[in-house]
Amino acid sequence: MADIVLDKVSKSFPDGTVAVQDVDLEIADGEFVILVGPSGCGKSTTLNMIAGLEDISSGELRIGGQRVNDKAPRDRDIAMVFQSYALYPNMTVRENMAFPLRLAKLDKETINAKVDEAAKVLELTPLLDRKPANLSGGQRQRVAMGRAIVRQPKAFLMDEPLSNLDAKLRVQMRTVVSRLQKQLGTTTVYVTHDQTEAMTLGDRVVIMRGGAVQQVGPPQELYDHPRNLFVAGFIGSPSMNFLHAAVQDGGLHTALGDVPLGDRVRRELEAADAPRELILGIRPEHFEDAELVDDDTRRRGLEFEAPADIVESMGSDKYVYFTVEGEKASAAELEELAADAGAADFAGAGGNLVTRLSAESPVTEGQTRRVWFNLEKIHLFDPSTGRNLTLHEGRAAGALAD
Amino acid sequence: MAVETTTRAKLRWGLLDVLVVVFALVPVLWIASLSFKTPATLTDGKFIPREWTLDNYKTIFDTDQFVRALINSIGIALIATLIAVVLGAMAAYAISRLDFPGKRLLVGVSLLIAMFPQVSLVSPLFEIERQLKIFDTWPGLILPYITFALPLAIYTLSAFFKQIPWDLEKAAKMDGATQAQAFRRVIAPLAAPGLFTTAILVFIFCWNDFLFAISLTSTERSRTVPAALSFFTGASQFEDPAGAICAAAVVITVPIILFVLFFQRRIVSGLTSGAVKG
Repeated sequence: MADIVLDKVSKSFPDGTVAVQDVDLEIADGEFVILVGPSGCGKSTTLNMIAGLEDISSGELRIGGQRVNDKAPRDRDIAMVFQSYALYPNMTVRENMAFPLRLAKLDKETINAKVDEAAKVLELTPLLDRKPANLSGGQRQRVAMGRAIVRQPKAFLMDEPLSNLDAKLRVQMRTVVSRLQKQLGTTTVYVTHDQTEAMTLGDRVVIMRGGAVQQVGPPQELYDHPRNLFVAGFIGSPSMNFLHAAVQDGGLHTALGDVPLGDRVRRELEAADAPRELILGIRPEHFEDAELVDDDTRRRGLEFEAPADIVESMGSDKYVYFTVEGEKASAAELEELAADAGAADFAGAGGNLVTRLSAESPVTEGQTRRVWFNLEKIHLFDPSTGRNLTLHEGRAAGALAD
Repeated sequence: MAVETTTRAKLRWGLLDVLVVVFALVPVLWIASLSFKTPATLTDGKFIPREWTLDNYKTIFDTDQFVRALINSIGIALIATLIAVVLGAMAAYAISRLDFPGKRLLVGVSLLIAMFPQVSLVSPLFEIERQLKIFDTWPGLILPYITFALPLAIYTLSAFFKQIPWDLEKAAKMDGATQAQAFRRVIAPLAAPGLFTTAILVFIFCWNDFLFAISLTSTERSRTVPAALSFFTGASQFEDPAGAICAAAVVITVPIILFVLFFQRRIVSGLTSGAVKG
């Protein structure tokens, strides 16, 4: 058990590329921290540096208060689960799990007792004498976990451990991982590119982009109070809607109508270097069928009319896709997010709005519908820097805040 | 139509196979047949001996010359194989896994050695070995064999090492293994098919060598079978040794066949399956 501290840790390669830049992170003892970001954001490199599989170019890494920069992986007392599982194919499940213990020169009885115990926790007992080749993907994954927990290390490092499983198994294993971590209370650093995994698993989530940390916080905080455009777009599924907004006479001109601004945002926009164009961000669940909104709530928002393209009924709610006219929001962050989602050349269909309406909404496809959205939940971003202008002392306050 | 083509194709391939097998095996069988013939019927041109005899085999095992050469051959080939495979494994591992200065140079030089005409090295080696007093000794043959077997070993083995997922090694390191332990307990067992394949190739190379064996030896002390065969005279000076030579030739193919059969069982493919998600 130990805390892990990254103090201005950087990684640069001989050819000059910087993979990780000045990462500051304090992971408390027993905490479950997720590193998440699109591919190439440096999350795996960061994990490998904690593991000792990659050298740290500058900065300091402390595990349990001790500087470990120059220590070999074997002297750091941490276990790692690999995306590929990396089971030793020439050994049985039992031998695989016993391997770290045998290297630690424990006696036979202790090894057997520990392996049996870990096998019981992960329900691997009937498989102990099998070779990895005769196991299913999920079983292999559990063996890999077993090999990590068996020697009770100071910390677990997991490098996308679930991404090779099929969707259903992944959801199942997610709860297994979560329960296991709570049960053992071991500090865990978990790397994933899947924002759902990040949201559901971690105590805290670290969002990375281009080798730099974008924001660190509990999942809900990242969701509600994104510090910048990238975080806002990365977290959430379906992701936040982004619209182009032009600053005009103390208000905002958008495809959804003219949005009034509160004093705080207005003051911010009065500065000489303030942007004249903004990006308005709003999550799908902050829309509602205008018919279903009571008068009290109605006053806190704005209404617009648009044709519904597609209605997806999820049972509990309806996802409705609207087409809105107007300029498309553009920023480097948004392009990067689209590229990561594999939709760089596809999402360009003008202003496409994803909304999550109540199941009671009678909306049908092709129908033009009146939709209300919550102004208090709006985020405004500076397209050049990506900064969230509605954020005040770390809290998002919407467009109307005074 | 499709069935017809397949039967015809089968027939064609079958004929071709038979042709290849006959082409390869007839000389071997011819030698075997000669080795069972009596001196009188040796030149009768019959494929199946009219009179079977084991005299030729008795002759060669009666002469010290052959038995001694057989021991030399086995000893020298085994030692050279062992050293070449161990050194080759280490070099191949480094080449396939590490980035070190001069890596391309090492690969290039080893390829150069493999391409170098061996016959041009015979005289220098002869002089060097005489100076070093290892002429006509086991090390005198083992050393050049290792030199020429190493490129082969390095090339074959690095191909095998490259197939082993790197993650396994990282996992071993995380599990508390040193680099050496990771190699010995995780990588080497998985590279076993490669090691055995290489061992077979190197062994055959050493076993069959005639050039170095004839030029770097002068007595029975270190003469190997291929060289010894050329000195064969039979029981007396005036006897035609062809029968005995054939018998010896049959005898020396036996160790190779045994060697291959023994190691072939270990050359199983798919040893790394299940290690990582493919």
